[in-house]
Amino acid sequence: MGLASGSPTVDQGLKSELEKEGVVLTTLEQLYNWGRRSSIWPLQFGLACCAIEMIATACARYDIARFGAELFRPSPRQADLMIVAGTVTKKMTPQVVRLYNQMAEPKYVITMGACSIAGGPFKEGYNVLQGIDRFIPVDVHIPGCPPRPEALLDGLMKLQKKIDGQSIESAEWYQQGQKREFPIPAFGPKGLEPPYNPEVWKPREYEQKKQTEAEARKIHGTIHDPKQSAVSQ
Amino acid sequence: MIQLEEVKAELEKSLGVQTELSGSGLLVPKSRLLDVFKFLKENAKYQMDYISNLCAVDYLKQSQIEIVYHLYSMRNKTGPIGIKVRTDRQDCIVPSATPLFRGAEFQEREAFDLYGVKFEGHTDLRRILMWDGFEGFPMRKDYVHEDEDRYVEHP
Repeated sequence: MGLASGSPTVDQGLKSELEKEGVVLTTLEQLYNWGRRSSIWPLQFGLACCAIEMIATACARYDIARFGAELFRPSPRQADLMIVAGTVTKKMTPQVVRLYNQMAEPKYVITMGACSIAGGPFKEGYNVLQGIDRFIPVDVHIPGCPPRPEALLDGLMKLQKKIDGQSIESAEWYQQGQKREFPIPAFGPKGLEPPYNPEVWKPREYEQKKQTEAEARKIHGTIHDPKQSAVSQ
Repeated sequence: MIQLEEVKAELEKSLGVQTELSGSGLLVPKSRLLDVFKFLKENAKYQMDYISNLCAVDYLKQSQIEIVYHLYSMRNKTGPIGIKVRTDRQDCIVPSATPLFRGAEFQEREAFDLYGVKFEGHTDLRRILMWDGFEGFPMRKDYVHEDEDRYVEHP
């Protein structure tokens, strides 16, 4: 009989009482998550100025090694975490998505800085992708331009908290037949093709507009347009 | 410090080129551009042997594109002299400065990539920043980038 969900759990008070006596009680899941969250190896790559802050975080003063994440791996095959540190240009996007695809499961993504979240100061430009979350799923967003090393550490702690909450039974990458490979965009005449991966991301403005219009229809019957009513008067 | 008025008078005297003071540069007619460059490079007084900058400016209302060159002299430690040239926006052709100044090669490719200026005489004129299949010239003022039409005119 395996440990199914709903199986008896140990009372917290009893657990801490036993710990005082030198007996540690744990579950396989807790042990497993503890191991995973304590050795998150990031992928060693930086795209712009945020990478400098990432390097500072890895150095002695901020010391990312306290969280077990000091081993920046030069190969995606050995990395668990992708810190997208810097501006993702459209020309760079296929490589970033390909690197993500090459990482072994379980894998996590942190977007660091305004650029990789939404394009940052280059949002209105022709050459910068407006957020890497258009192509790959992101676990933690760290705003800032660039974020301080403390912010990156905070993001890492948030990620550790997220890992702690994951269950072996329901984690995406343990499901049978689950294939997590994300299509790599190609260069088109105006930009990337497709411009985003609809499985991962949808344009929010459009969705919101559709929703508010539907609500307006429910209340008024038609959409209230101040211009039209002015003409009819 | 080089006085532009002086250069203007010199060009008129030696080459017979009518130039025009424009900001902190000299506006040179397109047909005599290479002659002016050659004169400034080879003249013993100026010896402008180094091009530090080449960029394009889009004048949408006047339907013109202006190319701005900054010349320095490494020998005399003087400069810059700003040279400007204007061309039509539609058929945008300018003689290439690359045979005279090797440093202009990549900058001309950049101006071609982003503004669509065709440099006649450039040996390897292709896109440098955008990819080869890219259409249009994104730094022109009337360029519409892909996300603009997605957000504004989405059904």
